Amino acid sequence: MKPINQMKVVFPSRSANEAFARSAAAAFVAQLDPTVDELADLRTAVSEAVTNCIVHAYADCIGDITLSVLLYEGGRVVIKIRDKGCGIADIPQAMEPLFTTGGEERSGLGFSVMESFTDRLKVASHPGRGTCVTMEKRLACKAGNSGEEGAPPAFSREERAKQP
Amino acid sequence: MSYRMETEGDTLTAWLGGELDHHTAAQMREQVDAAVDRQKPQRLRLDFSGISFMDSSGVGFIMGRYRLMHLLGGELSVTGCSERVKKMLMLAGIGRLNIME
Repeated sequence: MKPINQMKVVFPSRSANEAFARSAAAAFVAQLDPTVDELADLRTAVSEAVTNCIVHAYADCIGDITLSVLLYEGGRVVIKIRDKGCGIADIPQAMEPLFTTGGEERSGLGFSVMESFTDRLKVASHPGRGTCVTMEKRLACKAGNSGEEGAPPAFSREERAKQP
Repeated sequence: MSYRMETEGDTLTAWLGGELDHHTAAQMREQVDAAVDRQKPQRLRLDFSGISFMDSSGVGFIMGRYRLMHLLGGELSVTGCSERVKKMLMLAGIGRLNIME
């Protein structure tokens, strides 16, 4: 399925850009008219993924982080955060709650937060080449998600399921 | 990021404002720890009522200050948390520490 709209930004792994990344993602998703809570969930999930790039992927250097947001029919949002950093050798271990190599001030909850604040989380990594985190969230369908004013409301998920 | 600190008796209260992420947590940590180091309060109160966003860096920030106060033989409390902040703290299991006012 092709996205109805998409954006991509690339920025250096400086911690000041954590706020930029979550704000950029939220500003783009806003066109789907999400609830305040849905938007806050996405902002938090993006913040966690970008912080991981800064703290872990590029621990000793500054590198590029690519944030892509893809919007699909029916209020489906897919967010990808990619880096070309050190990669993760053991993904299940990295995703374990409270596991961290980030030192005392890191809680080790990044992946747990991404998992519980979105509907789907996928992590792909090649040690030495980088990591790609893909998160998906389905926004509650509201009239007007289709964009045009006065357009018929988008199908609800139940209605979509009934389509042949 | 903004902060204001006030001492009353042996309690140091830090009002934190703005967005609490990995970037701003480093600055808040520096300010709060310097004040604790100067005043050696019996009790540190973190007031989160001005926090408009917090990710898991906030959890690390609270845990770090919890350990610091524990080391000094004092105690930590956290107050003024929004529903969003509470959602994060619940996920982190911070409720078990009994520091929420």
